Amino acid sequence: MTDVDIRLRVNGVPRRATVPPRLTLADFLRTDCGLTGTHLGCEHGVCGACTVLLDGEAVRACLVFAVQADGAEVTTVEGLTPPGGGLSAVQTAFRDHHALQCGFCTPGLVVSVTAFLAEHPRPTDEEIREALSGNLCRCTGYQGIVDAVRAAAERGDAV
Amino acid sequence: MKPAAFEYHAPVDPEETVALLARLGDEAKVLAGGQSLVPMLALRLAAFGHLVDLRRVKGLPGIEHRGGVVRIGATTTQAAVERSDVVRDAAPLLARATPLIGHFQIRSRGTVGGSLAHADAAAEYPAVALTLDARLETLSPRGRRTVPADRFFTGTWSTDLAEDELLTAVALPVWHRPRGFAVAEFARRSGDFALAGATVAVGLGPDRRIDRCAIAVFGLGPVPCRARAAERELIGREPTTEAAGDIADLAVSGLDSVPADLHGSAGYRKRVGAAMVARAWRHAVREAVHD
Repeated sequence: MTDVDIRLRVNGVPRRATVPPRLTLADFLRTDCGLTGTHLGCEHGVCGACTVLLDGEAVRACLVFAVQADGAEVTTVEGLTPPGGGLSAVQTAFRDHHALQCGFCTPGLVVSVTAFLAEHPRPTDEEIREALSGNLCRCTGYQGIVDAVRAAAERGDAV
Repeated sequence: MKPAAFEYHAPVDPEETVALLARLGDEAKVLAGGQSLVPMLALRLAAFGHLVDLRRVKGLPGIEHRGGVVRIGATTTQAAVERSDVVRDAAPLLARATPLIGHFQIRSRGTVGGSLAHADAAAEYPAVALTLDARLETLSPRGRRTVPADRFFTGTWSTDLAEDELLTAVALPVWHRPRGFAVAEFARRSGDFALAGATVAVGLGPDRRIDRCAIAVFGLGPVPCRARAAERELIGREPTTEAAGDIADLAVSGLDSVPADLHGSAGYRKRVGAAMVARAWRHAVREAVHD
């Protein structure tokens, strides 16, 4: 099968690669770019651990082929780090509200919540819960995560 | 990498795309947003020698409201539909069904045309298209044609589209006012496909009686299904929520291929379906009366 040349920007860095068409964006980010913050859980679009921003929109990186991201701007959890280093407002809220335990689902949740708050800066509790429904957490439970999202929204500088 | 290997094509021109589909035959599958296709490839429920990606094809995305019709291009994302003021005002049923599709991360990529062409029995968009008497626009090497929604869905994951035919747009007629629309569905988990769901559209005439009515159920057979007998009963009647239970029973009474699995027996799904019809009916009638 014929490999395909792609060019894209990942966390602001221009990348060129020649990839097999069946390589998912998630595998490309982890293996070719070394950005292992993007986690792979189910690999068929259910768990949300691999969520990244593709041209600013939250997507499942396991349901996008790297060839489809040709020409796009990709932001992973590594790319959410503020310019001076440290944690983003969403990450800080997660730490403050005990919104993680093992941390496996956390990158996908942080990216999803960042995209959600960009579009819904003052969400209701119902909207927060609905927005979180696409990311599975198997250990902490969701209450701390809901609290973190609410706190990040109330701070008003989540994104 | 979980899917089987395939050749990737990203044509630019619609005619070039269907010529490619004609040349590749049943070895090829169209890739739109990929939110149903890629999981099927990852689980190896499906494998194709060639994927033809629509992302560069010109003229496929877009929403326009003209001449009493809302026309939505096939590669318009569900997220774009969700954000569209045009859809909210002129095709409220589509606007309300959209947040029920998967999760917002799925709707970022999932497309209108992909959902219709994939034709999952429990999907929302096929039911909306059927309810609104949508017309589906296609292109093949033989030219363009238009297929009414009630002839488009032919079975589980199958449509009237030929192997070399591309769904290019869906045209939704705008209903006259006063009117009311509602969708109701029940799923085991948020974002899952519904066990059963219903869509209702009601239009009132100058005498404030029902002069147009469409009820569809989904998840209760291989394709979404209009409740024509119930609709006929309702024309000319006063819009009231009192008879919701009777309407719902009539709407599911003729269904004879309701699926059964570990999530629910056929009888259970039928009861859930009837409850969804009743719920959607009440919402749609209330909206029409106050419109």
